[in-house]
Amino acid sequence: MGSQGGFGQSKEFLDLIKSIGEARSKAEEDRIVLREIEVLKARLSDPNTPKFKLKEYIIRLLYVEMLGHDASFGYIHAVKMTHDDNLLLKRTGYLAVTLFLNEDHDLIILIVNTIQKDLKSDNFLVVCAALNAVCRLINEETIPAVLPQVVELLGHQKEAVRKKAVMALHRFYQRAPGSVSHLISNFRKRLCDNDPGVMGATLCPLFDLITIDADKYKDLVVSFVNILKQVAERRLPKSYDYHQMPAPFIQARICMNGLEENLTALQNAYMDIPFFKEAGKIKLLKILALLGSGDKKASEQMYTILGDIMRKCDSTSNIGNAILYECVRCVSSLHPNPKLLEAAADAISKFLKISPEIAEQHQLAVIDCLEDPDDTLKRKTFELLYKMTKSSNVEVIVDRMIEYMISISDSHYKTEIASRCVELAEQFAPSNQWFIQTMNKVFEHAGDLVNAKVAHNLMRLIAEGFGEDDNTADSQLRSSATLKEKFAVQHAGLGHEKSSERVESYLRIMGEPKLPSAFLQVICWVLGEYGTADGKYSASYITGKLCDVAEAHPEDDTVKAYAVTALMKIYSFEIAAGRTVDILSECQSLIEEMLASHSTDLQQRAYELQAILNLDAQVVEKIMPVDSTCDDIEIDKSLSFLDGYVRQSLENGAQPYIPESERSGMSNISDFKSHEDHESSTHALRFEAYELPKPSLPPNVPPVLASSTELVPVPELSYVSDILQSATSAPHASDAGSSALKLRLDGVQKKWGRPTYSSSTPSTSSTDNIVKIQSETTQRDSVGNSDPKTRDVSYNSKKQQAVEISPEKQKLAASLFGGASKSEGRHQKTPKPQNHTSDKSRAAKAVDIAPVKTSQPPPDLLDLGEPSITTGGPTIDPFKQLEGLLELTQDATPVSGGGVGTADASDFSSLFANMSVSVPSYGVDNPVSDVINGNGLGGSTVESSVQQMSKGPNLKEALEKDALVRQMGVTPLSQNPNLFKDLLG
Amino acid sequence: MIRGVIIMNDQGKPRLVKFYEFQPVEKQQELVRSIYRSRRAENVSNFVKVDSLFGPDVRLVYKTFATLYFVFIFDNSENELAMLDLMQVFVETLDKCFSNVCELDVVFNFKKVHTILDEIILGGQVLETSSSEVVKAVEEISKMESNGNSIISSIPGWQGR
Repeated sequence: MGSQGGFGQSKEFLDLIKSIGEARSKAEEDRIVLREIEVLKARLSDPNTPKFKLKEYIIRLLYVEMLGHDASFGYIHAVKMTHDDNLLLKRTGYLAVTLFLNEDHDLIILIVNTIQKDLKSDNFLVVCAALNAVCRLINEETIPAVLPQVVELLGHQKEAVRKKAVMALHRFYQRAPGSVSHLISNFRKRLCDNDPGVMGATLCPLFDLITIDADKYKDLVVSFVNILKQVAERRLPKSYDYHQMPAPFIQARICMNGLEENLTALQNAYMDIPFFKEAGKIKLLKILALLGSGDKKASEQMYTILGDIMRKCDSTSNIGNAILYECVRCVSSLHPNPKLLEAAADAISKFLKISPEIAEQHQLAVIDCLEDPDDTLKRKTFELLYKMTKSSNVEVIVDRMIEYMISISDSHYKTEIASRCVELAEQFAPSNQWFIQTMNKVFEHAGDLVNAKVAHNLMRLIAEGFGEDDNTADSQLRSSATLKEKFAVQHAGLGHEKSSERVESYLRIMGEPKLPSAFLQVICWVLGEYGTADGKYSASYITGKLCDVAEAHPEDDTVKAYAVTALMKIYSFEIAAGRTVDILSECQSLIEEMLASHSTDLQQRAYELQAILNLDAQVVEKIMPVDSTCDDIEIDKSLSFLDGYVRQSLENGAQPYIPESERSGMSNISDFKSHEDHESSTHALRFEAYELPKPSLPPNVPPVLASSTELVPVPELSYVSDILQSATSAPHASDAGSSALKLRLDGVQKKWGRPTYSSSTPSTSSTDNIVKIQSETTQRDSVGNSDPKTRDVSYNSKKQQAVEISPEKQKLAASLFGGASKSEGRHQKTPKPQNHTSDKSRAAKAVDIAPVKTSQPPPDLLDLGEPSITTGGPTIDPFKQLEGLLELTQDATPVSGGGVGTADASDFSSLFANMSVSVPSYGVDNPVSDVINGNGLGGSTVESSVQQMSKGPNLKEALEKDALVRQMGVTPLSQNPNLFKDLLG
Repeated sequence: MIRGVIIMNDQGKPRLVKFYEFQPVEKQQELVRSIYRSRRAENVSNFVKVDSLFGPDVRLVYKTFATLYFVFIFDNSENELAMLDLMQVFVETLDKCFSNVCELDVVFNFKKVHTILDEIILGGQVLETSSSEVVKAVEEISKMESNGNSIISSIPGWQGR
């Protein structure tokens, strides 16, 4: 065996292949091939060419055609060669014609005769060659010409011939079903053939026949079951075992034939036979699926067997997985059965467990994308992250998003990212603290791009505090929020470190025009509301700062309005506290400037401020209660306090109030007005989502002014148009009013917009609680999903060498994806959550499976369990092997797989010693090696190294080959010309 | 049924192309090229749907062995994983027939490779799954073939009927 010396080919052929291998371009290759074609043309048509040379020319012709060039000129020579008496030439000829010609080719007619003759040959190899050709070249018309011979061959002495004859008949059946319909009995006879190969081959045509009409073949069930028993009891020759499974392919075929006719019979057989657990029931399952879909009765019959199969399937080998997969597919097509579906789900999760690394690779790919220089990729990644955000990973994702947001300059996309940040933060914020911090960051960097309502949400959150009863906690939060605002200011380069540097920071604030307006608004509001609350900062300091802010933004009326309101609050707090207010000169000038402002809003605020400054402490305390942003206040919606005024006006001859609906002439305008009001409010506020059943109004400047008649004279009502409208117009406006008035600092309304808020809970604090609970439940969910116990601890400890990915990335991946990343499990050996759900039932299942596995000797887990290696494995330290392998092979990943497979018995017992943890890991481990390395190549890698150690000459041979290959230059790029050295023993 | 088997190297050069339903040469080339182009990263599944190339429900399984891509194309009557295992059988057999098989073995002996494949798959159906059986058959054939310029004669003991 083995390749003949120098590959047994002539120098010419070697040169041809070498030159093609060295060709640098397709054009060059084409030139070479065309030259070759010319040579071949001449030689083939030369009558003096010796026959054995002809053979090689035909081979070369095949090669040429494989490279995509027309070789039709040589077809006739191939046909001629089939007539040859020499076995080698004849077989070459047959090979060539089967590759060159199709069944409708003109030359076929020349071959049919030869085939007929050869089918009768005494030499079985000739017959085989002819049968090969029959399979390929005989079409419907020529079937009758060869059919008798083929049928005769079914009784041939040599099993290889019988086998191929059966296949040929199958082929005929495929081509022309009618042509072999009378031959079914022959198939039946062949099914009882002594040779398992023939028997197995017979299953192919029978399968086809049975699929079409099952009834006719009911009588075969007994034979099928018998065969199945034989197979399962391992009465077949060992060579049919595959992966320690008794002849899975045959089993599969039998099953598919047997089961569809008589489920119960097979079921019994199945139950009887203990070995029948990993059979390739692939086709069976396909058939079952076909039979069962839509047929409740048939489905019910299958439940038991399917459940059994799934239970007994072990997923350490490809074939086992194939079965499992087909099971799942079958179950999905059957009439639904909850139990079975559950089992199927389990099976699927088994698949997932098999290869957490695969998922992991994707995770790392995502991380890589995040750091990719390509912008599109990043955006897509962020879209992905946005979609997969949950409470467990929101912090990381939003952090990343903000980071990215800072780095980009495209304002459109910046807006999008910012709004997404906000949305995610609102939805999943793990704590209010974090939320405020995040919002600060967003405002700092994209304040102008964020919807104004976000700012109000933030303010409201701060105002509402944590929603807990603990007021001290509240105040702590507030002061911390204040500090944080300042801190943020600091961050923005405004340098407000310590009180000693106040003046400088003022200047710096003034010199910093970049701060987004929305952020400034928040800062102003917080300073106003809580600036002096904790007593750390004096009123004058805060007011001074506020003035600076206002002055620094002469263009921005909104900011100025916020600043003035904040000033007003601080002053009134001061007054209420009984302290004398010394208004800074700059404040004074600011107020004066605003009194003359073009903006009526600013003007009004300034006047209000002035008015308050002149009031005494009690009044002020009443108007401006300290820290009462969230307090509910009763509002007299019917405006009963105006009754006296109205009556007086009526007495004075004024027109009585006509409801809007009755005012025909004006209805349009008022409709429009109310509509507009409604419109704008829904647009900005979505009041409906926050409908408050009972009117509540926090005491804030304008509403208080409006509701206290003594302070605000009646005509003032006209400018507090909101209030008037809320009182007079539709009910929605009242709702709008209640929330609009709450923090009405500049007429812009706000809401705190977690989607969870949309429930119509009356008091804001209770809604906050609800949010809390919800987020808690989601968190609990995620915890429940990730049962840390099922996570294996020892998992992959062998793979340490394969870590090339930086730990930070893995950490990131872990935090992003809930931690299926291997680094944790591997190094820290701590239980950790995994992103594929693994509930306890599955864990239990894994334990169930484990004992089955113990019965297998460890080396059996290798895909290619050659006995010599099986015995060799344990004697050598597996880890040493691994080390050696690492040096030998450049590809680290396949190597890693086989480690545990060769682990000796002690390793195994240790694995099972700490059952609860390591058993699932074991279940995970081996499939990983199997699946990841495709076909257990990891295992075979180990083998090869063993072999290399033990077999000297082999290596030498390989080296020689290597040298030859390099000389040939056929595979210039390959580092390892000895292809399968590392794959097969 | 199995529609075809392709072996090509990592540069897209076909090393063995066998379709079980006739495909014209140009079509074969095109298919090989497009399959080569659809190679994918190592970390993704090697089951690919190739409806666009071969018609509905046709899939292919590929696997890389050093410099060679093995590709099995088949329709829905076969299972992907089973095909993967069949591929393993094929490669095992190759390795047994050419000790330490390498790309060159496949190039220079593709007649023998064809013989091996014919022993495993016939007419698009799996004929034999035991690699040792295949090896035995192939050995027998090559012994007979290499037996000089033997003129076909009846072999005592092998005659049937």
